Amino acid sequence: MKLEYDLVIIGGGPAGLAVALEAKRNAVKDILLLERDKYLGGILPQCIHNGFGLQYFKEELTGPEYAERFIYKLNDNQIDVKTETMVIEITPDKQIIAINRDDGLLYIQAKAVVLAMGCRERTREALAIPGSRPAGIFTAGTAQRYINIEGYMPGREVVVLGSGDIGMIMARRMTLEGAKVKAVLEIMPFSTGLIRNKVQCLDDFNIPLKFNHTITRIEGGKRVEGVTVAQVDKNLQVISETEEEISCDTILLSVGLIPENELTREAGIKLDQVTRGPIVNENRETELEGIFACGNVLHVHDLADFVTEEGEIVGRAVGEYLKRNRKFRSQSIKIVPGDNIAYVVPQHIDFLIPGRKKIKIFMRVKKPAERVRINLLDVKGRVLGSYKKRIVTPGEMVSVYLPEALLDDKFKNITVSVEKETRE
Amino acid sequence: MEGKEIICISCPKGCRITVRNRGEEIISIAGNDCPKGIKYAEEEFINPLRILPTTVKVIGGELPLVSVKTKNAIPKRLLLKAMTEIAEIEVKAPVKIGQVIKDDLMGTGVSLVATRNIKRADSNLCS
Repeated sequence: MKLEYDLVIIGGGPAGLAVALEAKRNAVKDILLLERDKYLGGILPQCIHNGFGLQYFKEELTGPEYAERFIYKLNDNQIDVKTETMVIEITPDKQIIAINRDDGLLYIQAKAVVLAMGCRERTREALAIPGSRPAGIFTAGTAQRYINIEGYMPGREVVVLGSGDIGMIMARRMTLEGAKVKAVLEIMPFSTGLIRNKVQCLDDFNIPLKFNHTITRIEGGKRVEGVTVAQVDKNLQVISETEEEISCDTILLSVGLIPENELTREAGIKLDQVTRGPIVNENRETELEGIFACGNVLHVHDLADFVTEEGEIVGRAVGEYLKRNRKFRSQSIKIVPGDNIAYVVPQHIDFLIPGRKKIKIFMRVKKPAERVRINLLDVKGRVLGSYKKRIVTPGEMVSVYLPEALLDDKFKNITVSVEKETRE
Repeated sequence: MEGKEIICISCPKGCRITVRNRGEEIISIAGNDCPKGIKYAEEEFINPLRILPTTVKVIGGELPLVSVKTKNAIPKRLLLKAMTEIAEIEVKAPVKIGQVIKDDLMGTGVSLVATRNIKRADSNLCS
C-alpha cells in the first residue's frame, strides 16, 4: 500500500503526541502518527505514579492521566493514527517503510518526518556483571510493565542496581505490593535521579541507598538467589575487601537509558556521541532537511513535561518548514559543551527568525556543583551571558536562554561552561 | 527537646533540614537555604501526606488492571494499610478515567479514582 502525508511522526509517546497536536495548530494538514504498541502514550500508561504535569499543566497528574490529556484531542483533530505498526526503514528522501497486520507492507511518502521513538533501558548485557544467568533479572521498566499493566509480581526480595528514577519508583512500587526491597545500589557518589524520588520512594519506606556500591556477582541456578555487592573507589574500581552477600530472588536494573536510534542511523543521520541522539539545530531538525527529532530519542529527559515542550518546538518548526518561509543564517553557530557540561541541545543555531528574542538551550552537567554560573563564551573566551544556578546535578536537566541579541554572524561557536561563583 | 531530619524536595539541592520539637510543638527549623524549606519542613513534620498511586483488578477488561490514585493526598502512615484495603477491590469493565473506584478510603474522606480508560474485553474482539 502506498500513502502520502505532509507529516509522518514515528512514535506515539509524549513526544509524538505533542508534535501531532502542535503541528495541527500550525496549519499542517495531513498528519500520520505511527505507533508500534497497541496503545498510544508510549511509556506513560505504565508510569502510574504521580509527579507528571507539574511544569506543563501546573497540576500533578499520573502518567496515564498525562497521556490521556493529549490522546483524546487526537480524535477531534483528524490526525491519522496507526497502532501496532512497526517502522522498518526511513530513507533520506523521507519515504517510510512500515508493516502491520491490516495493511501489510506500507510505503509512505512524507514531506516532513519526526523521529519520536523514545529510548530503551540499558540491560545486564550492557554492564557485563559476572555470574550465572538465572531468571529474576529485569530492567526496572520491564518490572514496571509486569506489575502495573499485566498484573504479575516479578519477585519477593529485591535488590535494585542504579538509582535512576525508574529504579527508585519501582523500589516503592514493589514495597507497596508486598515485596522486600533490600537495597538500592548506586556506583556513583550521587543519585542520578530526582531528589523527590529519593525522598518519597526510598526514605519513606526506609529502603537503604548505598552510594559507591555495585553488584560484583549474581548467584543462582534457575532463579536469582543472591548478589555479591561491593564498594568502589574513586576510579569506580571494586574494593574487594568490602564484598558482602545479599540474598534476593530479584534484581532490578535502573542503569541508564539509550535513545533508540537504529532507524536514524540507517537513514545516515549523524548522532551525537554523548546524547546518542541525532545532532540537531534549534528547530530539532537533523542534518537531513525536513527530518526532525524530539523527546527521548534525541536526548534522555528527566520529565515528560520537557518532552512535551520539545515536541511542541518541533510541531511549530514543521509548520514553518512546510510553508517554506525559512531564512538561514550566513553561517551556522555551534553550541559547544565546555567545563562540566556533558552535552547541549540544540547543537547548532541555523536560522534567522524575525522577532525571536531568545533560544532555550538545554544541557546536562557531568558532576554536581553548588553556587555556580552557567557561562556562554565566544571563541575568545569572552563571557556573552552568565546565569546563576544555586545547584546543578547530572540528574536534573539545566536550561538557559541564549539572547538573540548576543548572536553575531561572525560567531562560529559558543561554548557553554559551568564556573564556580566567585562572589556571594 | 527532640529533633527530626527532613530532606527538602522543593528543589534539586535537597537541603537537610533539622526540625527541633517539644512534643508536637516546633521549636526551631534550621538547615534550609530558602523560605520554601520552612514551609516544606513544617508540613512534613506536622502531617506528612502522600498521593497513593496503585492498581485495581478489572473484571472483563481488555487489560487485567486499571491504574488508580487517591484523589488527594492521604497521611503517609496509612499507605501500607491502604494497599491491603485496595487489594480487595475489583471493578467491572468498562472503566472511565476519573471514575470513583472507592469512596472515602479508610475513613480518610479521600476517594480512589481511575487514572485511565479500560474497555471491555469483548469490544476488541474483531482486532
